[in-house]
Amino acid sequence: MRAAVLPILTVVGIIFVLWYAAAVWLNAPWAYDKATRSGADMHFTALVEDTWSQEKPKLPAPHQVGAELWKTTVEKKITSKRSLIYHSWITLSATLLGFLLGTGLGVLLAIGIVFNRTMDMSVMPWVIASQTIPILAIAPMIIVVLNAVGISGLLPKAMISMYLSFFPVVVGMVKGLRSPDQMQLDQMRTWHASASQTFWKLRLPASMPYFFTSLKIGMAASLVGAIVGELPTGAVAGLGARLLAGSYYGQTIQIWSALIMAAALAAAMVGLIGAVQRVTLKRMGMA
Amino acid sequence: MTIIQAQNLDLTFQTNDGPIHALKDVSLDIEKGDFISFIGPSGCGKTTFLRVMADLEQPTGGSVTVNGVAPEDARKARAYGYVFQAAGLYPWRTIGGNIRLPLEIMGISKAEQTERVARVLELVELAGFEKKFPWQLSGGMQQRASIARALSFDADILLMDEPFGALDEIVRDHLNEQLLKLWDQTGKTIAFVTHSIPEAVYLSTKIVVMSPRPGRITDVIDSPLPKDRPLDIRDTPEFLEVAHRVRDGLRAGHLDE
Repeated sequence: MRAAVLPILTVVGIIFVLWYAAAVWLNAPWAYDKATRSGADMHFTALVEDTWSQEKPKLPAPHQVGAELWKTTVEKKITSKRSLIYHSWITLSATLLGFLLGTGLGVLLAIGIVFNRTMDMSVMPWVIASQTIPILAIAPMIIVVLNAVGISGLLPKAMISMYLSFFPVVVGMVKGLRSPDQMQLDQMRTWHASASQTFWKLRLPASMPYFFTSLKIGMAASLVGAIVGELPTGAVAGLGARLLAGSYYGQTIQIWSALIMAAALAAAMVGLIGAVQRVTLKRMGMA
Repeated sequence: MTIIQAQNLDLTFQTNDGPIHALKDVSLDIEKGDFISFIGPSGCGKTTFLRVMADLEQPTGGSVTVNGVAPEDARKARAYGYVFQAAGLYPWRTIGGNIRLPLEIMGISKAEQTERVARVLELVELAGFEKKFPWQLSGGMQQRASIARALSFDADILLMDEPFGALDEIVRDHLNEQLLKLWDQTGKTIAFVTHSIPEAVYLSTKIVVMSPRPGRITDVIDSPLPKDRPLDIRDTPEFLEVAHRVRDGLRAGHLDE
């Protein structure tokens, strides 16, 4: 465990150094501009000080984002419209619902593809084609169409999450369900096992390592879907709304804190799946 | 009583490089209680022949019966246990769970499952390992567990496809000895594929020598060795004589080419 900490901290350290340096570089023109107009002399310390504390910087410094995160999570009530936790929950609930729907759809399609030759030939190309459509183009249409039939709120966003997250599950599960080798399938045949017995006793348990890997990718994709789904609704609530509102008003600090929050959320969810994976596979004797 | 009967069996695989004659005009009777070994170089069709008996391959000509019926019906009646070259135990099941697997599939009651698992574990000298996972066992023990699994549903026929091929000599000797004991205790009919001459001679009542391209039987040797065989029987003149005849048969098969 301790051996893993040092490399991570090193990378984090490098990122911070680069980030601070980039903040100076990107925010310097505005700092010089201000200095020229006020006729002040700009030496290096003053430049650094200014670029790290602008109100609407091109690239906010890490401590500015940190302060904004603190302010909008710890210091605001959860029910407040300005609380990042409130917005995170809005996004997370759509993410989780979409993730569940996507996982279910993905597993069902994978079972169909593995057991039915017609589905194998016909469905897989469409599954792949579905992922070549830019989600940004199709998301507003899903929202608008579902709104027109009276479905609004959580479900349309969850549908977009589902659209993105079922794909890795299908691909992973097809591979997982096909992972038993010919000898294991022959063995089942010598016992005169039915197709459903082969599925429950061999194919499904054998697919578990693939399943969890798919879930991790699916979860990350699902979060992206939920955020994208929040953009066309006019930015009412959710992390996507914070991103959009931030870009309307040039609130770069707000955008960055929403981004960091989204990344932390994804990391937490994927970490959670990883923990379940470790426990499950260990109990199954597969890890 | 004839358990397995093959008559003029032909099997040709169609491949991109043209047809491969895996079996050509193979005829053989296996009597109840026989321990039959199939020996020959790779490509001689010994495994294919075993797979035909098990209904895992379909012959393209001739006929074969197992217990007097077609291999498919015999398979559906669970007439045989099949031991593959690799143990093929499920890593997510314990040793006991692996042996229980065919019993679950066959719908045998829980109580009887427990009783049978205990019995076959005793038979392969793995009592006490029921709760262990496969990775906790050595290769030889895993293969013994896979034999126990093939025995668990009490089929009269045991088909074994180079079950000890991947094990070292010492473990192999030990397992051969155990297998003979097991055969004696259970009275099963065993068909055993190997490419080791000493193994074939030590185990069998009948040795079938095969040769490749096309896969065919070149010699069938009835072993004159007594049923009771300690490991040092392999140093007796009788044993060496049989081994010599097997070797001659294998060589003759090669000279044909």
